[in-house]
Amino acid sequence: MDLSLTYEQKSLIETVRAFVRERIVPLEDDLDPDASELPEADHERLVAETKQMGLFNLGAPPELGGPDIDTVTNSLLAIEMSQHRAGLYTPCYGVFGSAAGLAQLFGATEEQKEKYLYPTLRGEKSGFFALTEPSGGSDPGRAVRTRAVQDGDVWVLNGSKVFISGADTADYGLVFARTGSLEDGRKGLTCFIVDADTPGFAVRRVIHTLRSGHYATELHFDDARVPAENVLGEVNKGFGVANELLTRQRVVYSAGCLGPAYRAHEMAVEYAPQREVFQKTLAEHEGIQWMLVDNEMDLRTATLAVLHAADLADRGQPFRTEAAVAKILASEAAGRVVDRCIQIHGGYGVTKDLPLERWYRELRIRRIGEGTTETQRMVISRDILAGRHRPVLR
Amino acid sequence: MSVRMTKPWIELTEENVARLPGQTGVYQVAGASGEALENGYAGGRSRFGLRSELADRLAALGPGHRFRYEVTTQYLSRFHELEHIASGRIRPA
Repeated sequence: MDLSLTYEQKSLIETVRAFVRERIVPLEDDLDPDASELPEADHERLVAETKQMGLFNLGAPPELGGPDIDTVTNSLLAIEMSQHRAGLYTPCYGVFGSAAGLAQLFGATEEQKEKYLYPTLRGEKSGFFALTEPSGGSDPGRAVRTRAVQDGDVWVLNGSKVFISGADTADYGLVFARTGSLEDGRKGLTCFIVDADTPGFAVRRVIHTLRSGHYATELHFDDARVPAENVLGEVNKGFGVANELLTRQRVVYSAGCLGPAYRAHEMAVEYAPQREVFQKTLAEHEGIQWMLVDNEMDLRTATLAVLHAADLADRGQPFRTEAAVAKILASEAAGRVVDRCIQIHGGYGVTKDLPLERWYRELRIRRIGEGTTETQRMVISRDILAGRHRPVLR
Repeated sequence: MSVRMTKPWIELTEENVARLPGQTGVYQVAGASGEALENGYAGGRSRFGLRSELADRLAALGPGHRFRYEVTTQYLSRFHELEHIASGRIRPA
């Protein structure tokens, strides 16, 4: 077992770390503390830089112009890219491209790629991903109630979606609808590419949450007519589209939870020896020392779990259980670390002068998004009880 | 909560602005004839929240305007919602 990083990995980490600290963080001094967008000129300038670095469209396969890096390296970079105020939900404000969020399109037909994927990879179009409904998001096989009924060469969609990011500014969306019966579960779902100007499709409202900058919306489909050519993949096989790719991205998503936690811990380690209370620095108080130790243990445990899952994925081994373990450990550990760091910073920790309060709020959502902790536990327990689980040492 | 802002309009004067809270929130400014001119927000970097933001708008626009506001910590998502209602990208039921 060799956990040392390669020369290329170290070099990429240093490059991205410098980019975040020298290019991104200084811009945040002039942005609203909850902002999730850069001014257009800054965005364009930085996209040009990431293209020059050969790191634009991280998450896209090399044949689609993405950098040829594995899941371990992608996870290491996700830890670095999220180490700024907006980093949890908009790492580097998207200047590394937005390919990863729409991985289903990688398996689209050539005509669909021409119309949707390639313009998205060039940054000319944007899309949204619409699966969750008012009836739930963790169990889409049963929760998806939006219906699609074929009428000649079009499909007619009726229903609603909730907690959908980016739909109010997108050009198109990937929308999951039920084309089979409810008893068919996931096998009765089809994925449609829906243009934002489709009559019958409407964004009804913003769903306000404790994450203010990067917000979610509610969508309605009232007899929205979608051409049959916009079915992504096969009818009734919508859920299988890019399934393994999505599980891989869950590992990278877990890594992204850890970036702010690493940065928060670093801030606390810098602050503790400076601040004095009761004639000693915070760092000299055992209570604070133990908080820092707990941070260290949380960060190491979660990082190892993320890299273990990523390593299995890269070696072509089953990694679903490990991805679920990584998701739980990373999202929960990061929340604990940032909470302790706020405590160490005292009153300043909850001000908008520091990024800690934003990370604290947004990390709470990470235990729900991309599969709740409880759903991940179900995945793990199913694999254990079905004998699909293999121990760590194998 | 209504998706559109439904609070009553208030004359944009120094006296009314001085009564505003120092909290974060969103606001709309309208011309004398009632046409909505702009949406704005008092965010995490505002000096005195809605009070200083509306004072700045009064200084920039001059007299003869009206405003209304909502106090909210979700000022950015609410601001985007108001902007997109105005542009037609969000169509409330």
